[in-house]
Amino acid sequence: MDYAAILALQIGSAVASLVLISLGLAVIFGMMRVINLAHGEFLMLGGYAAITAFNKGVNLWIAMLIVAPLTVGLFGIVVERLIIRHLYGRMIDTMLATWGLSLAMIGFVTVVFGNTVSGISAPLGSLTIGAYRTGAYELFLIVVAAVLLTAGWLVLRYTRLGLIARGTMQNASMAAALGVSPSLVYAVTFGVGAALTGLVGGLLAPLSGVVPTIGAAYIAKAFITVISGGAAILSGTAIASGLLGTINTAMTFAFTPVLGEVALLVAAVILLRILPQGITGRFFQRSL
Amino acid sequence: MSRALPFIGNVAVLLAGLAVLFGFPAFAETYVIINATIFASFAILALSLALIWGYAGILSFGQAAFFGLGGYTYAVAAINFGDTTGAAALAIALPALFAALLGYFMFWGRISDVYLGVITLTVSLILYRFVNQTAGEEWNIGDAPLGGFNGIPATPILNWPGRPGEQLAPENIFSLAVGLLILVYFGCKALLATRFGRIVVAIRENETRVALLGYDTRLYKLAIFVVGGALGGLSGLMFANSVFVSPTMFSLPVSGQIIIWVIIGGLGTLIGPVVGCILMQILTNWLGTLNQVPGFGWVDPNLVLGVILVVFVLLVPKGLTALVTDAWQWIIPSPRAGGEKVDAAQRRPDEGLRDVDPTGGGGARTQSPSSGSSGHLLPAFAGRREENP
Repeated sequence: MDYAAILALQIGSAVASLVLISLGLAVIFGMMRVINLAHGEFLMLGGYAAITAFNKGVNLWIAMLIVAPLTVGLFGIVVERLIIRHLYGRMIDTMLATWGLSLAMIGFVTVVFGNTVSGISAPLGSLTIGAYRTGAYELFLIVVAAVLLTAGWLVLRYTRLGLIARGTMQNASMAAALGVSPSLVYAVTFGVGAALTGLVGGLLAPLSGVVPTIGAAYIAKAFITVISGGAAILSGTAIASGLLGTINTAMTFAFTPVLGEVALLVAAVILLRILPQGITGRFFQRSL
Repeated sequence: MSRALPFIGNVAVLLAGLAVLFGFPAFAETYVIINATIFASFAILALSLALIWGYAGILSFGQAAFFGLGGYTYAVAAINFGDTTGAAALAIALPALFAALLGYFMFWGRISDVYLGVITLTVSLILYRFVNQTAGEEWNIGDAPLGGFNGIPATPILNWPGRPGEQLAPENIFSLAVGLLILVYFGCKALLATRFGRIVVAIRENETRVALLGYDTRLYKLAIFVVGGALGGLSGLMFANSVFVSPTMFSLPVSGQIIIWVIIGGLGTLIGPVVGCILMQILTNWLGTLNQVPGFGWVDPNLVLGVILVVFVLLVPKGLTALVTDAWQWIIPSPRAGGEKVDAAQRRPDEGLRDVDPTGGGGARTQSPSSGSSGHLLPAFAGRREENP
């Protein structure tokens, strides 16, 4: 029983971590059709922002929940204005430019912080279930993932902002004809996506620590999750995370963590062979 | 610019290649020769992406996967076989096979350009992480330890075919690498001039139209992707012979570098990526040494490469080749002569990316029967192909 509980928690944790690392990417890709290859570096930047603020004496929660998303969100808006704006509609070029950005960010952070691991210890202590112990912080991350998904759904479904965003996503010129500025919507969307990514980067920093090259550890999983999910931003990400996270954890328990990741990838490639448009390209098409 | 230009260009490239092949070892030191061998192996890698991305429109973000796979296959097989000739053949065959498998999933799944990039990227990253953790006895393949993070420092050097134990000297490896580079370059040119090559280019231009003409586009894309995989393997083989194999061969920076070479040199050309590769390698090496100089400690190769890539994508999307030919046109305007062929040849430098046909302007002719507007088809595809979301 205890073992089942801990296994369920592990699966929940793996799913939540996939949701978290993919969410910012899903917002940017789903709304703007922009593939941000610097996504991993946005996460890395969020981590550094949180750790730097914490080391400067800021409260850990403020550092993770406010400083990190604010920093990366602002950075995202600057990037959108300087680079992405010029490349709308040219997906491949955006990919290349953001890849260049990712290399430059790795280089810049290496110069500033050095190529060493920085870290902070995870708050909230540990949790005991029968004979097993696990970090309470991981439970907290599951809650955060659920809250972010719900909040995102509420905003998109029930607010004017969400309506404008969805409208622009469906038909930018129609939205423009109705008096919405697509350029502004895109800038804000990119900023929100970047801020979400920064928030997650800050939240994950206590678990994994940060190095300038940590982005590479996240980026593959994030992309494969978003693409497997398909067109619907929130439900697609959630369903794909659920599926891939479960496979990953099961294989990790049965074999090794690396085989877990290989299984995740193989599952995703087979999934895309069957459903080229992702899960929500076939099922739940009307979901958000 | 005239009809004779492609021919003159080919001869110039051949002469330059032969000059390097025979002239270079005469005066260069061994260290420089080994470095040049690395450059040549990278240049083959650049050609592998130039072929599948520039001509078939398949953007592989994970060409490093085939590079690494080729190197590792060679190292493992050579340690087990003793003789390296079979190992070298395997180092080309296995990546090709892997490309076939991966290509099957991607092309038969009709995965679009962008998803394809992400999947290839993911595959190479997963391979990187997998190979990275192969330290320890359980990961030995036969007599060959995979060595995890450290790679296989004892990668055997190629021996003369049939004579195990008689290893090639660094000069021989250099000659082999440069010889192969020349061979691959002209092999790609020849391949693109065949019927197969024309169809592949046509698929890049308009896949639906080619499919409607009755060609199975998936098969053609798969075939050219496999060729690219084999070339990646060959490049890994030569790299393994000039350095040794390690997991970094699979890493993201390697994949990134290949794309940077192609973009900087000029997408849709073969000579551009080779030149871009050599220029960027010289720059990277120089930046590496500059890093040690006091006052320049802030110079980070990643930072510089990243900025260069962003600047090229935004400002020089056609790459150096187009820049040079444009400049040449500006200095010496070509005399206008009548005839469709010459027209097409003249238009080409402006389009930069459409340098598809070694015989000059034939690309337009092969396509015109399908459209019925001979000679007017090419401008429609001018400039870089824009991806519609």
